[in-house]
Amino acid sequence: MKHIMIYGASSAMAKQVAHLYAKRGDRLTLVARNAEKLETIKSDLETRYSAQVKTIVQEATDYDSHSTLFEDDLPDIFLIAHGILTDQDKAQSDNSYLLNQFHTNFFSQTSLLTHAANAFEKRGSGTLCVIGSVAGDRGRMSNYAYGSAKAGIEAFCDGLRHRLSKVNVGVVLIKPGFTDTPMTAHIQPKGALWAKPEKVAKDIVNAIEKNKPVKYTPGIWNYIMFIIRNIPRFIFHASRL
Amino acid sequence: MKYTPWGNFPNTQENSVPLNWTGSPLPLVSDSCLPRGLGRSYGDSCLNSPGLLLDCTPLNHFLSFDSEQGILKAEAGVTLQEIIENTLPKGWFLPVTPGTKFVTLGGAIANDVHGKNHHIDGCFGNHVLRFELVRSNGERHICSPTENRELFRATIGGLGLTGLITWVEFQLKKVTSANIDVETIKFHNLKEFFEISEESKNYLYTVSWVDCLATGDDLGRGLFMRGQHSSDGDFSSKSVNSQSPLNVPFNLPSFLLNGLTMQAFNTLYYNKQFSKLSKSKQNYNPFFYPLDAVRNWNRIYGRNGFLQYQFVVPHESGQEVVEEIFKKISDSRMGSFLAVLKNFGKIKSPGLLSFPREGVTLALDFAIKGPEVFQLLEELDKIIISNHGRIYPAKDARMSTEMFKASFPNLDEFLKWKDPNFSSLFFRRVMGETKI
Ligand SMILES: Cc1cc2nc3c(=O)[nH]c(=O)nc-3n(C[C@H](O)[C@H](O)[C@H](O)COP(=O)(O)OP(=O)(O)OC[C@H]3O[C@@H](n4cnc5c(N)ncnc54)[C@H](O)[C@@H]3O)c2cc1C
Ligand SMILES: NC(=O)c1ccc[n+]([C@@H]2O[C@H](COP(=O)([O-])OP(=O)(O)OC[C@H]3O[C@@H](n4cnc5c(N)ncnc54)[C@H](OP(=O)(O)O)[C@@H]3O)[C@@H](O)[C@H]2O)c1
Repeated sequence: MKHIMIYGASSAMAKQVAHLYAKRGDRLTLVARNAEKLETIKSDLETRYSAQVKTIVQEATDYDSHSTLFEDDLPDIFLIAHGILTDQDKAQSDNSYLLNQFHTNFFSQTSLLTHAANAFEKRGSGTLCVIGSVAGDRGRMSNYAYGSAKAGIEAFCDGLRHRLSKVNVGVVLIKPGFTDTPMTAHIQPKGALWAKPEKVAKDIVNAIEKNKPVKYTPGIWNYIMFIIRNIPRFIFHASRL
Repeated sequence: MKYTPWGNFPNTQENSVPLNWTGSPLPLVSDSCLPRGLGRSYGDSCLNSPGLLLDCTPLNHFLSFDSEQGILKAEAGVTLQEIIENTLPKGWFLPVTPGTKFVTLGGAIANDVHGKNHHIDGCFGNHVLRFELVRSNGERHICSPTENRELFRATIGGLGLTGLITWVEFQLKKVTSANIDVETIKFHNLKEFFEISEESKNYLYTVSWVDCLATGDDLGRGLFMRGQHSSDGDFSSKSVNSQSPLNVPFNLPSFLLNGLTMQAFNTLYYNKQFSKLSKSKQNYNPFFYPLDAVRNWNRIYGRNGFLQYQFVVPHESGQEVVEEIFKKISDSRMGSFLAVLKNFGKIKSPGLLSFPREGVTLALDFAIKGPEVFQLLEELDKIIISNHGRIYPAKDARMSTEMFKASFPNLDEFLKWKDPNFSSLFFRRVMGETKI
C-alpha cells in the first residue's frame, strides 16, 4: 500500500487519478481549497472502494502553509494538479490579473515542489508529478500567459529532475492535450482530439509507475506538438493559433 | 450540440452545460432549463431546445452506503450500473430496475421507473427515502414522505420539471444471489397470459414477450417469464458493460425492418421454446438487461428514429383492449419485434404523475417510416383513453394535449409545484404551449 498525496484534488483529472489509486488499495491524502468538494470526493472514494482518505483544505497561493504538508506522514507520490485557464485577452489589459495567474499556475507549483523535493531528497525515495500542458511547448498569441506558466513548470521540472536523479527521486511532468473537464467546459463543440479525464488519469498513473520524465497524454500529442514546435516562424506568424 | 433521445426522434439541436458539484448554484438561464441524465428516455421528455439542458452525469459521487440496512445515498447522476457493481457483491440489489442499467438515479426518479417486480414492489419512487431538490430561485429542499411531502410527490415521476435533484437516499433490496431462477412458459393467447399471470403472482419478477404480428388463432401468443433470485449465494456478474463488443456502429437503413424481418424474428423467438415450461438460471444481466448487450441497438431503426408506445389499462377491460390493439397493430403491419406485456400490481406510488397504475401494460416499438405510424397511434390513443388508460411520458414523443390532460388526473395539483423556470419539449407540447 502506497501513500499518495494529491494537490488540487478537486480537479477532474486528479479525481480520476484518485479513483485509480483508491481502487488498488492505496492510501490517499487529498488537498484542495474547497472543503465541501473535498468531503464529497472523500465520501465517494470511501463508499466505492472502502478507501483510506485524509483531507486537507489549503489555498494554493497561501505559500506559508505549503511546508506543513511535508512535516510528517510523507507521501510516496506527490501529484500537483491545480491550475486555471488564463483569459488571454484579460491578461493583456489587466496587469494585476496577469500577475495573479502566475501565482496559481507557476509560483505555487514551484513552492510546493521545492518543499516536497527537499523532504523526498532527505528520505531518498518517492516520485513528484506535476500536470503541465502542451500549451507550454510553444507560446501562441491565443494563450501565452497560460502557456508560459506551463513552460516555466517544465524548465523547473527539468532542473529538479537533474538534481534529484542523484538521490533516486523521480520527477514526472504530464502534458495533457485538450481534455474535457470543467476548465474547458465553455469550449464548444469538442472535436475528435478531445480526451476524457479518465484516459489522462490512466496515463498519469502509468507515467508515475514507469517514472517517465515527460508524458504527453493522449500519446498523439507527441506528434502534434513536434509539428507545432517545428513550424518555421514565418509560417507560424501567418496563423492566429 | 447533438443530444438525441433514445428513439432518435425528435431530432433537435440542444444546448447543454455540465453540472459538476451539487453545492454549486444553478446556472442562470434566460429561458428555461431541464435536467438531463443518460438520455434513455425515448422521446422529447429529455429535450429542451432552445432552452438549456443541465447535464447531471458528472454528479456521480457516492455519498454513503449502509451495508447493514441497505441504504444508499448517492448523487443524482450515479448510474444504476455503478450501483449494482458496488452493492450487489455485498448482497444488495436495486429495489426496482427498468430494462436498462444505463439510467441515472435522477432519471429513475423523474420517470418513477418500474420493472418486472411492479406487482410486488411498486415503482422506484416507493423506495426513495429522501432527496435534495434545488429550485431555480436557489432554494434547497430536503424532500421525503414526511418532509416537504408535496414536493416529494410532485418530483417523483415529475419529468424533471420541479427542479434539480442533487442527491438521493433510497432503500436497496436484500437478495440471495446475482442469479435468477427463471421459468419460461409458452402461452397461446391472451386468455392464457392472464391465467398464468394470476398463478404467478408470488414470483418476484414477471414479464412476457408477445409476438404482436401473429394473427387469427395465434393472436397474443408469447412467452411468459417468471423468476426469483436464486439461493446459490453467488454474487458475481458476467457483466455486459458499456464497452460491450456488440455495438451497432451506425444507423442501419430502415428497409431492413420491414414486416418480413420482424416476423422472422418473432417466430424464431417464439419457437426457440419447445416444451410448455422450461427452467434456467440466468445472471441478472441477461435477465434484466438483454438489450444492454447490444450497445446502441436503437440505431437499427435507422436515421428517422422510432417511437415506443407503452400504455396501461385497468384490468376490467384489460384483455379486450389488448386484443383489440393487437389486432390493429397486426393489421397495420407496422409493429415491432419487441412487444412486452405485464400486469402492474396494486401498490400506489407517491408520485403525482407516476405512469404505473393497477392493470395491464404493453410496450412496443414503431419505426418511423411515414405519417401512417402517427395516425395508427392516434387511433390506439382513442381506445386507451376510452378505457381509462394512459401512455408512458418517458417513452412518448407524440401524444396530444387532450390525451395527456385526460390521463393524468393529478396534473393540476402537480402544476402547483412545477418550477416556473424548468421546462421540456415534452411539457410544452402536451400543455399546448409554444413559448418556453
Ligand atoms: C432499453 C430501455 C429499456 C427501458 N425499460 C424501462 C422499464 O422497464 N421501465 C421503465 O420505467 N422505464 C424503462 N425505460 C425508460 C428509462 O428507464 C427512463 O426513461 C429513465 O428515466 C431514463 O433515465 P436517464 O438517466 O436516461 O434520464 P433522461 O432520459 O436523460 O431524463 C429522463 C427524465 O429525468 C429527468 N432528470 C434526469 N436527471 C434529473 C435530476 N438530477 N433531477 C431532476 N430530474 C432529472 C429529466 O429531466 C427527464 O425528464 C427504458 C429505456 C430503455 C432505453
Ligand atoms: N483540461 C484541459 O484541457 C487541460 C489541458 C492541459 C493541461 N491541463 C491542466 O490540468 C490540470 C487539471 O485541470 P483540469 O482540466 O482537471 O481542470 P479542473 O477540473 O478545472 O481543475 C482545476 C483545479 O485547480 C484548482 N485550483 C484552481 N485555483 C486554485 C487555487 N488557487 N488553490 C487551490 N486550487 C486551485 C481548482 O479548485 P476548485 O475546484 O476549488 O476551483 C480545481 O480543482 C491543470 O493544471 C490544468 O492546467 C488541463
